[in-house]
Amino acid sequence: MASLATSIDLGATAGSRKRRFIERNSLPALLLFLPPALILFTLFVVLPMVDAATFSFFDWNGYGPITDFVGFENYADVLTHRNFGTAVRNSLIVVVVSLVVQLPLAMWCAIALAERGVHINVLRTLFFLPFMLAEVAAGLIWNFVYDGNYGLLPAIGDAIGVDMPFVLGDKFWVIPAIMLVITWKYFGFHMMIFIAGLQSIPSEVIEAARLDGVKRWQIVRHIKIPMIRSAIVISVFFAITGALQLFDLIIPLSNGGPSHSSHTIVTFLYQFGILRMKLGFGGAISVILFIACVIVALAYRRILFKVEQN
Amino acid sequence: MATSSRKRQPVTTPIQWLTLLVVALFVIVPFYTTALGGFKEIGELRVNPFGLPASWDPIRFVEIMGGPRYFASLWNSLLIAGGTVLLSTLVASMTAFALAHIKFFGSKFILGYLMLGLLFPSATGILPLFIKMRDLGMLDSHWGIIVVQVAFSVSFSVLLFHNFFKELPKELIDAARMDNCGYIKIFWYITLPLSLPIIATVGVFNFVGSWNSFLLPLIVLNSEDKYTWPLGIMQFKGQFGSDWPRILAFLTLSIMPAIAFFLLAQRYIISGLTGGAVKG
Repeated sequence: MASLATSIDLGATAGSRKRRFIERNSLPALLLFLPPALILFTLFVVLPMVDAATFSFFDWNGYGPITDFVGFENYADVLTHRNFGTAVRNSLIVVVVSLVVQLPLAMWCAIALAERGVHINVLRTLFFLPFMLAEVAAGLIWNFVYDGNYGLLPAIGDAIGVDMPFVLGDKFWVIPAIMLVITWKYFGFHMMIFIAGLQSIPSEVIEAARLDGVKRWQIVRHIKIPMIRSAIVISVFFAITGALQLFDLIIPLSNGGPSHSSHTIVTFLYQFGILRMKLGFGGAISVILFIACVIVALAYRRILFKVEQN
Repeated sequence: MATSSRKRQPVTTPIQWLTLLVVALFVIVPFYTTALGGFKEIGELRVNPFGLPASWDPIRFVEIMGGPRYFASLWNSLLIAGGTVLLSTLVASMTAFALAHIKFFGSKFILGYLMLGLLFPSATGILPLFIKMRDLGMLDSHWGIIVVQVAFSVSFSVLLFHNFFKELPKELIDAARMDNCGYIKIFWYITLPLSLPIIATVGVFNFVGSWNSFLLPLIVLNSEDKYTWPLGIMQFKGQFGSDWPRILAFLTLSIMPAIAFFLLAQRYIISGLTGGAVKG
């Protein structure tokens, strides 16, 4: 990242020296239009990542000079932290559940709702509504639904004669409970992406298949889904990166508890790095998370490339 | 079934309708119980979870709206979201214009550099960001949040603007260039007025993102009078513990503006999502 930032500067100065590399009379516009975004982006997005990498090799509490070089000790501390494994496991569970529950549900709804009609528009809007809701509000609503004393879940339990556990206070049930909220919150987003994909399929293709007597589900399986592969790849990408940065929803639901069993990578970073101002430790988590994101992005590019070639 | 009808298959099968109905219930019930819960007594919640409340006394809603917290935190959120939208629209559209219409050495490189922001979540750098904001004196201030949110939104906003500007007829700009019109004037008098749909999309998108954001204000703000509504509501929950009717009333009042806004602006949100996602 550091080399990127410096090569930007080199590029800019080289460009202004050699006038023939720029269009005539465009220098004032470039000097006005480019710096704001570049400066803000570099200062508040790129440099913090570079700093995180630097901090990760030091023991620092955020005050005074940074002198206490500790090598890879912070990384060792993170990797052997007894709650880090749980946080990684939970983030992976979110990825898996998103892929095997959320996306199929979104696809099922999208196929039904890619048509036209008033009732269809109402349902589409309704299903998309949770996605627009702030994570904090969604988390609190579901915190009520799950509340063991006054919530909806124990009330339903009363009605069917089952004694419901305090799901958010239960080490086992807290994860499925959070997964249900995630599905509720985000399936509408994926549905919208799929609908956009489905609507871009030329209607003649579907019509032709129908005239040839191809059954409805065969059309879905052999025409519709293959033709929106790129929308699916994008959806998968968002599901994975979203799972890796899950934070806002967890805090109002379980706050990482009970006894740190429902942390995700970012709530773990918040709990053990930010709240305790352990910058080296937090930096190491950031770097690990960053590497995970880069790996996902690279894999994604490869897959997207293959999809486009087919 | 009617699948073999000659002209047109029915749009949706009964099984699909049934599942859509179940999913619709799944989506609605939490909203429904939240909205009614503000009217119920605490004991009523458990024994009468789905029915209408015994009385429609709006006492809790009135109390919250008369209290110091509700309107103040909504106003803070509105200020921050408004500032973020204005600044990010300007900054991102200028950059995207330069990258889409002005030929210069390194423009592809700069676009690629800015798109790096799409690859990793902003949360990864949050701790060093906090230190940087502290060193620059940006903590506990609304403008500090605005500036950082604009920086976070640059990548996606530039992408949307860039895609849109590329589609504009090139002849317009060439003609203006022939008349010796500078790029700054072209941007302001030709491109921007033609770009209202994408401005609305990017604006709505960044507005919602800022309105809902939690982690950044949580880390930056200290004084309660500067709290945004997500911070206010978390504090309210912390204070009233399990006085659910009161919390549900506060929740209902807090999400109503957002739902109203969403119903008005969803067209732009969806075109932003699908335009950025399906194309990009």
